Amino acid sequence: MADITALEAHFQNTIDQEIKIEPKDWMPDAYRKTLIRQISQHAHSEIVGMLPEGNWITRAPSLRRKVALLAKVQDEAGHGLYLYSACETLGVERNELVEQLHDGRAKYSSIFNYPTLTWADIGVIGWLVDGAAIMNQVPLCRCSYGPYARAMVRVCKEESFHQRQGYEILLTLSKGTEAQRRMLQDAVNRWWWPSLMMFGPNDADSPHTAQSMKWKIKRFTNDELRQKFVDVCVDQAKLLNVTLPDPDLKWNEERGHYDFGEINWDEFWQVVKGHGPCNKERIDTRRRAHEEGAWVREAAMAFAEKQARRRAEESSQVA
Amino acid sequence: MNHLLNYTLQIADNALILGHRLSEWCGHGPILEQDIALTNLSLDLVGQARSLYQYAAKVEGHGRTEDDMAYLRDEMDFKNVLLVEQKNGDFGRTIVRQFLFDAYHLPFYEALQRSHDETLAAIAEKSLKEVTYHLRYSSEWMIRLGDGTEESHRRVQTALDELWRYTAELFQPSATDEAMLAEGIGVDLGAVKSRWESTVAEILRVATLQQPDSNWMQNGGKAGRHTEHLGYILAEMQYLQRVHPGAEW
Amino acid sequence: MEKKNWPLWEVFIRSRQGLHHKHAGSLHAADEQMAIENARDVYTRRNEGISIWVVESKHIHASSPAESEALFDPANDKVYRHPTFYDIPDEIKHM
Repeated sequence: MADITALEAHFQNTIDQEIKIEPKDWMPDAYRKTLIRQISQHAHSEIVGMLPEGNWITRAPSLRRKVALLAKVQDEAGHGLYLYSACETLGVERNELVEQLHDGRAKYSSIFNYPTLTWADIGVIGWLVDGAAIMNQVPLCRCSYGPYARAMVRVCKEESFHQRQGYEILLTLSKGTEAQRRMLQDAVNRWWWPSLMMFGPNDADSPHTAQSMKWKIKRFTNDELRQKFVDVCVDQAKLLNVTLPDPDLKWNEERGHYDFGEINWDEFWQVVKGHGPCNKERIDTRRRAHEEGAWVREAAMAFAEKQARRRAEESSQVA
Repeated sequence: MNHLLNYTLQIADNALILGHRLSEWCGHGPILEQDIALTNLSLDLVGQARSLYQYAAKVEGHGRTEDDMAYLRDEMDFKNVLLVEQKNGDFGRTIVRQFLFDAYHLPFYEALQRSHDETLAAIAEKSLKEVTYHLRYSSEWMIRLGDGTEESHRRVQTALDELWRYTAELFQPSATDEAMLAEGIGVDLGAVKSRWESTVAEILRVATLQQPDSNWMQNGGKAGRHTEHLGYILAEMQYLQRVHPGAEW
Repeated sequence: MEKKNWPLWEVFIRSRQGLHHKHAGSLHAADEQMAIENARDVYTRRNEGISIWVVESKHIHASSPAESEALFDPANDKVYRHPTFYDIPDEIKHM
């Protein structure tokens, strides 16, 4: 027992000194579990997140937009892959994680359970959803777990074009026809609040935050990040000539921040629990892709084994 | 008839429509790594189409853009071969379609590098690197699936039997193909065909697949007579440009 | 049901001529050929590399963190392995 206490003290001390934890190092079970949960959720979010945007790849209105969107959605596949890899260093296989997603045991970011209804949604996802994601992700580059931090450095580097891509789409719409401006405002109306929800429950309702901060898996609280996000979005919205759908949104001189209205937490928990507009479609789509790919994965494995056998036979004949 | 314009559009339309089909896979691949791989093929092809449309617009000289070419032409103006507009089906079918086209695309661009038209030659040179990788990728998958499991063998053999009828069109010269060949701009499809035949025979042999013996061939794409699939592709691809005429995106 | 998953591979990339291959990450592939191609598609989308090594993860042998003190601390006090250990008059150049 004394041993565990000493190990834990040493572990916390390492973290306090900002030294990274690496896969083979001793770590408390709870740290490992928290990481697996968080990293896999993050990976799942990237993969499920491909779907709402993927919707519009075949309908992108210009070839330039088409290649940009394709490259962006492809990046998300890459990010999911980096994150699953980071998770695998903790001793759990990707396949197991994917199963957890498909049977509903694992969560992913609820934002992707909202539908993409018009082309403007693609711009708004880049601006608000990626903007919020970046806000969440940049601190994770300094996360205490080495493989996660390294994956996040790569992710953040690649993400930098995503938000600009989205904002550029919106700028073009804002200078466009009346129909385009209407599309833009409608998309902002639908995505603003769900974007704020992306930072998770208020700090008071977020039981894991304190421990995660102590372990330096998390660097800022949900509310801190949400406030930072609101503050930067207000000016960006002005340039687009759109209204953010919150009558309570106003500058608070005293706090040096924007005040904003109460989030509809009922809606948040509804969607988390699976009752959002697209929860079922998203998981069904992922599951179908996986199931329909089973024969391909199997065939490739069977062929690889055949080849290995043939090579072994050849070399034994030579000998 | 402006043969150079037509010729450039033929090449461009093939690249765009196949690239579009591949882009439908994004987010639905059999495994993450292959999802990414298919998107890379798609990005290469759409990239080729863009260079070619830009050139076509210039050749035409009416101030049109790459997007006008892709988004504002009708079914019968599209000159792609029927093969590339066929549905993705399962991964095996997508691979067969890709392989049959790549085996043509590579020797085609190789020859086009020597075109007397400098722009086409330059585009061919750049595209050739991409297409070399495409053929390597699709050939390897043909072999893996053909010589994988019983199920995978059956699936790719079926796809091969069904898509075979769209292969002869690749080598059937249109009036434009003939005019461009005569001017030293276009490619000799007869030479491309013999390269294609030997690649296909070799890969099918290694993949333990049967070359279909059917001679019933479909064609018409180069002349703008397509299968029913193209209309749906264009309806989806062009809808925003059509609904909002003149809008910038 | 699936019998066997594609194994995990570690990917090492040389970013340009003259540099070491450096660990870039990992991925799944059925065979080594596919592993190289997947690595190309996943880890060099932005021109990050000119050469790729892949090795199946199970073939990597690693030192254990528990032994790291015994393995690495003894090198700490061998200051005579470093040039600054030796006193040379300032007038001497190029040494």
